[in-house]
Amino acid sequence: MKSVETPQLPGRRLFLKVSLAASGAVIFGLNPEQDLFAQGRGGQPQVPPSPVNYIKVAADGTVTIVAKNPELGQGVKNMLPMLIAEELDVDWKNVRIEQADFDPSKYAQQSAGGSTATPNNWQPMREVGAAARAIFVAAAAQTWGVSEKDCTTASGRVMSGGKSAGYGELAAKVATLPVPDFSTLQLKDPSTYKVIGHTQKGVDVPQIVTGKPIFTIDTKLPNMQYAVFERCPVLGGKVVSANLDEIKKMPGIKNAFVVDRPELTAITGRPGDLVSGIAILADAWWYAQKARQSLKVTWNEGPNAGGSSTAFKQKADELAKQAPMSTSRNDGDFDTAIKGASKVVEAAYAYPFISHAPLEPQGATAHYHDGKVEIWTDSQQPAPGRMSVAQTLGMPQDNVILHMTRGGGGFGRRLTNDYMVEAAWIAKEAGVPVKLLWSREDDMQHDYYRPGGFQYLKAGLDGSGKIVAWQNHFVGYAEGTTPVTGTIGATEFPQRFVPNYQLHISTMPLGLRTGALRAPGSNAIAFVIHSFLDELAHAAGKDPVQFRLELLDSEIPALAQTNGRGGFGGGFNASRARGVLQMVAEKSNWGKTSLPKGTGMGVAFHFSHQGYFAEVAQVAVDSAKKVKVQKVWVAADVGSQIINPGAAENIVQGGIIDGLSEAMTQKITIEKGRVEQTNFHQHSMVRLAQSPPQIEVHFLNSNNRPTGLGEPSLPPIVPALSNAIFAATGVRVRSLPLSDSGFSWA
Amino acid sequence: MAFKLNVNGHVSTVDAPADMPLLWALRDLLELRGTKYGCGIGQCGACTVHLGGQPVRSCSTPLSMVKDQPITTVEGLSANGTHPVQVAWEEIDVPQCGYCQAGQMMSAAALLAKNPRPNDKDIDTAMTGNLCRCGTYIRIRAAVHRAAEIAASGPKRTTVAQNEGGR
Repeated sequence: MKSVETPQLPGRRLFLKVSLAASGAVIFGLNPEQDLFAQGRGGQPQVPPSPVNYIKVAADGTVTIVAKNPELGQGVKNMLPMLIAEELDVDWKNVRIEQADFDPSKYAQQSAGGSTATPNNWQPMREVGAAARAIFVAAAAQTWGVSEKDCTTASGRVMSGGKSAGYGELAAKVATLPVPDFSTLQLKDPSTYKVIGHTQKGVDVPQIVTGKPIFTIDTKLPNMQYAVFERCPVLGGKVVSANLDEIKKMPGIKNAFVVDRPELTAITGRPGDLVSGIAILADAWWYAQKARQSLKVTWNEGPNAGGSSTAFKQKADELAKQAPMSTSRNDGDFDTAIKGASKVVEAAYAYPFISHAPLEPQGATAHYHDGKVEIWTDSQQPAPGRMSVAQTLGMPQDNVILHMTRGGGGFGRRLTNDYMVEAAWIAKEAGVPVKLLWSREDDMQHDYYRPGGFQYLKAGLDGSGKIVAWQNHFVGYAEGTTPVTGTIGATEFPQRFVPNYQLHISTMPLGLRTGALRAPGSNAIAFVIHSFLDELAHAAGKDPVQFRLELLDSEIPALAQTNGRGGFGGGFNASRARGVLQMVAEKSNWGKTSLPKGTGMGVAFHFSHQGYFAEVAQVAVDSAKKVKVQKVWVAADVGSQIINPGAAENIVQGGIIDGLSEAMTQKITIEKGRVEQTNFHQHSMVRLAQSPPQIEVHFLNSNNRPTGLGEPSLPPIVPALSNAIFAATGVRVRSLPLSDSGFSWA
Repeated sequence: MAFKLNVNGHVSTVDAPADMPLLWALRDLLELRGTKYGCGIGQCGACTVHLGGQPVRSCSTPLSMVKDQPITTVEGLSANGTHPVQVAWEEIDVPQCGYCQAGQMMSAAALLAKNPRPNDKDIDTAMTGNLCRCGTYIRIRAAVHRAAEIAASGPKRTTVAQNEGGR
């Protein structure tokens, strides 16, 4: 076995290893360097390095590529292998894709979140393919006694002169050769791509359309029991007593017990925390679910039983009138500038808590045996999930084995591993394999919600209609003194683009679990900023597109592009924002279309997760406030290359529809510490008939590294919709959801 | 109680209470797991199957209501993906996560069985009970039209122009 260091994945040095399998296949592995990997893992014993089935070329030429990341519908099971296949120079139709299990000793980073898979893997995955190709070329050249320069490749074969050999025929020779120096690799000219940039249909689609049991919920083990878990309706509540003897006698019920530990007190809702509750196990899931109707639990509800959405709003209004708790940005001199302004605009914006509600409810199957626990899971973050399970069950991490199954949507809900920990705990206690499945009611009432928030804005325009002063007092939530996710960042747009800029933050205590929902932070901040900018454009008497272009038209240099998430303004480049704004204006024929009364167009742009998106919505609103989105135009700059164009269009359109659902109807409210909504009839999403008939997606290819598409299409559609409603009706909505202001889908 | 269920042309007997929803008899007793649970109250349509040829929400259909009506699940459209709806869904590459698509396809198949050339309005009406959390509606609509074409022209697979995402 040979190895050579490759460029890094974030935080990890990786080594390409080549070895020959007993079958005659050659195997290419990309392994994290062991010592580095051990760091940050608590010095736990590491498994020895092993060759990885990252790429396997069998003697008969069959190519297998492992898809390392969790797949929840974002298309990464296609995307990462496509990068390897392109540079390996094999035909996509001849590639078999295998889903990896969780194994950081083999695959380094395995996660789904932050739209990071593309920027993090674009370079290293192509290099892995290119290095493997180079070794096949070297093997052929040596065999034939020709120069490598005289060899070409195509469709998994090396050619030179009249000679030709399939990769499979060269496998044995390849395994004896050194791995090339990665600095010498020649990556393909993008104009010659045959895999990248060409739509490759979802690899699991044939199984999906025939109903094969490939989702997490479909896991089935011998002697498995089906479990439900009843939690306290108030976060942090604990079981005092329950009628378990009665429950155990009910039809189909195998077991019922209290899940609790002395240390399960004052739960703060940290990801992966196990909460106190009642597990019921049965022969089929419905028996367990039905038994809950007869379950009588006495809870100690704890300190969070007073939470109330009405009280949160009152408290926010009080806090907004007081001096802010902190100031995270203070550029120039806001007070003087606002006094000198020709026009001052003030507005209070608000947005609610939202539930993720992936269509497949939370669940996992766990089997505790021989001191180990095996779990079948669609976690978006298996690494912290494994740690949570190990800590909760009191076992070494290496004894927690995670099999990665396809998830029915993620949207950030599966970044937290609470349900995986529950399944593991219940399976250990029960002594049999257990499939835990949450009901939809469990899901909607025990989520890590997109946090609601309140933003109080004040801005001044000079005589020419230019923004000279901007103040935002953000009132959000905190657990203790730590603000929950979604707080506005100090460099969020339009910071730097307005000379006198103040951002204040105040918080109030919450008592509800919050977490990242698709485009976290941005999914709410874009609504506030771009609705308020729209107000300012109208106050200035300017066209909303032109007003934004003027705001962006400055010599302010781009902030350094950050790796990873890059949301919240980090890395914002005004020229790229201008580019997508100009493109969407052109594609939508902005300002040049004569629309009937009651019809209007709205625009917004937003930068998140390193992606620049500008969107225009055209809506018709009738006298009963029924809204029809007639068309949406999208212009996006996510770098130089769209890797899988069909999937890219699909996920961008999905982000638009997701945002429309959030804008129109979605709202989680709390009363007496309890979530009031239980199911989709109270927290609905756009249906087919309500969906825009057309969502036109345009990519502006720029000379930047490709970045992700899972999230950044969503934020701008929310203000584009509310701005379009303003254009159509003259009604400015400052509080979401729009249904609270009487609007509904036509 | 023993219930005889005729599922995809095979008759099986399940021993279950009369109020057990058909969904859970299919999934947990007969191990036909293509039909999905999404809400349990007939709001999302992920559990859609055909009962006597009509699309029903199996999460809200107790075994006592099934009687001797034949049941078709996604597995019964065809095992190898040759039903026009399956062919169209694959050709248009509809799914993102794919979890709702069995229910979407069952609603589409029921629509096409009684209306071989539906217009957009017909599709809106027939598909309104099926939620797609990923928002693949534009492709679902296109796939229903495509399935109608395929059904009209026989099982031949044709390739539609692949969308190059505006590049």
